[in-house]
Amino acid sequence: MTIALAADERRGGGRAASSARSIGLAVLRRVGYAVGVLWGAVTVTFAALHLKSGGIIDAIIGQAAVSPEVRAQIISDYALDRPWLVQYFDYLGHLLRGDLGHSYNQGMDVTTAIGDQLAPSFELMAAGVVLALVGAIVVALLTANRPRWIRGPFAFLEIVGVSVPAFWFAILLLTVFSFQLHWFPAIGSNSFRGLVLPAIALAVAPGGTLAQVLRDGLERALDEPFVTTARSRGIRETAVLVRHALRHALMPAITIAGWLAGAFLGGAIVIENVFSRQGLGTLTVGGLGRRDFPLVSGVVLVAAAFYVVINLLIDAVYPLLDPRLRPVAPTTAGPVNAAAAGITSTASPSVSATGADQKGEG
Amino acid sequence: MTVTPVDPTGLPPGGASPGTPVGASASTSTSTRGRWPWLRVSRPGVVLSFAFLLVLVLASFWPHLFTGTDPNAADISQTLRGPGSGHLLGTDQNGRDIYARIVHGTRLSLWIGLSASALALVVGAAVGVAAAQGGRVLGAVTDWLLSVFLSIPGLLLALLVIAMLGPGTRNSIIGLSLIFTPGFARVVRGEVMRIRASVYLEAARALGWPKRQVIIRHLVPNALGPVLILATINVGGAISLGSTLSFLGLGPQPPTAEWGAMLSSSRTYFSVAWWPAIFPGIAITLAVLAITVAGQFLQARLEGRNAR
Repeated sequence: MTIALAADERRGGGRAASSARSIGLAVLRRVGYAVGVLWGAVTVTFAALHLKSGGIIDAIIGQAAVSPEVRAQIISDYALDRPWLVQYFDYLGHLLRGDLGHSYNQGMDVTTAIGDQLAPSFELMAAGVVLALVGAIVVALLTANRPRWIRGPFAFLEIVGVSVPAFWFAILLLTVFSFQLHWFPAIGSNSFRGLVLPAIALAVAPGGTLAQVLRDGLERALDEPFVTTARSRGIRETAVLVRHALRHALMPAITIAGWLAGAFLGGAIVIENVFSRQGLGTLTVGGLGRRDFPLVSGVVLVAAAFYVVINLLIDAVYPLLDPRLRPVAPTTAGPVNAAAAGITSTASPSVSATGADQKGEG
Repeated sequence: MTVTPVDPTGLPPGGASPGTPVGASASTSTSTRGRWPWLRVSRPGVVLSFAFLLVLVLASFWPHLFTGTDPNAADISQTLRGPGSGHLLGTDQNGRDIYARIVHGTRLSLWIGLSASALALVVGAAVGVAAAQGGRVLGAVTDWLLSVFLSIPGLLLALLVIAMLGPGTRNSIIGLSLIFTPGFARVVRGEVMRIRASVYLEAARALGWPKRQVIIRHLVPNALGPVLILATINVGGAISLGSTLSFLGLGPQPPTAEWGAMLSSSRTYFSVAWWPAIFPGIAITLAVLAITVAGQFLQARLEGRNAR
């Protein structure tokens, strides 16, 4: 180990420059791919608008009543009298300036309409994410590798949680806790008490998936030799679970984080609807009812951007959590390992560092 | 992605021989890694699930086996009667029998999920095979296209399709299928590439088999297993999402008996009457649950001891 480190330090100078460049290139490639995906999503919404049955103008107007002057204005705004390639670049240009189009049903810009509703939706999603994450981690830690009578019921609850449609679970919660027991306000309250039931309804399905993934990861990690090593050093089982195994178990969970973000967003759309809460969901479903295409496609684009950004963040977080994924492990071992140790445990940095080094070689 | 590393830690060489470490340490407590563990643990659940699926199939083909009541017979004198009272699960706001409507709604609710999954399977398989068999450019383009569709959250993708085509049963099926297509395409592509690199396919080619026969005899049967299991599990998700679309009023329109649509029309009354809002949801949950459990069972059977 020490010999290897010394050898790396000698080569360190030239390596650092090239590794910085390769990291830069990797980041650039990731960002480029993300932009490519977003561009694709934009093209999909553009195609959807133009493939839509009926006239494009009717699609843009929805069910709003507009005067002939406004109709003419739309034709010139969207360049509808020009070739479709011009329309396409026009559309791209508008989007680059943050202009998602105009909702004639709402009587305002789509960007403004969405911006106004972002906060309540994020509030609900944040509450749901926290609930799902905490619940899943606790359940996974309590049930991983435990006897069947402990593990079984939870595994069953997880499958039920994944199978229950979120909107119906929301109705169930409303019926029991609002209409029968009167513990929580039923409809449209923006208070903290009004957030409890929607957040629970939102957290159940993704939380069930997360718990399954985390327990599976924990059980895999607990089978690995480094856990035996940790135990043989006399570390308590709780510490082994939390400090050593959980970090490994989190990797697959982070892999599905992008998918989970989509699940939370989709769930929030439906659950806002059930609870008559303000937010993107109520906005979108209301827009669908009035065939407000610019609004719906605007929400779709915002969601796609959200997903792409989350996935970029995941890519950035991976190497922090898993030293094996760092570009040049040995040269950067010192500082980065300190960072990794900071994530898992500040109490035993040496243990984490050795574990990481062994992984790096494996 | 995370390849389990061959860990050079301080285990004695004997313990590191292939196969032993995993089984040895896992057998001490439970659970996932014995021989057919999954089967043993949840056999009653699996049997119940298949039994319930049989009931669902019967109800969707012959609803009259389960009820003689007309699901659309409205009776103004019988509105919002509670469970019991001559109606097993009560009546809705139009005095229609909820039990009869659930039974008769089975066919459409299942059909939406099944047909969306089937459509996704067919389109996804075609895309996946094309991506695997085509050149690098086609592969890269497909990969990008799949990333684009995966970047839009499932429900919103369906909503976009409905915004484009309008609400209704057929359009929500199209929307739902679009959600699941990228997943199928990825799996099929991966399977085809894995099998194409396999020794038995090389042997078949070396024997001078014609290409078509290699594809039909080897490629398709071997790629089919994982894909069909993915399809089975997807049916559950598609039924759940389909009922969500119906609940939002974007699927089958009233007075059609369909589980999600029933829940949708119960909304106005569910502060005073809980039964129209609860029972159809139980039907959806049980159906999805049964399909999920059955799908995981099939997956375990196919993957053997590697299954979760």
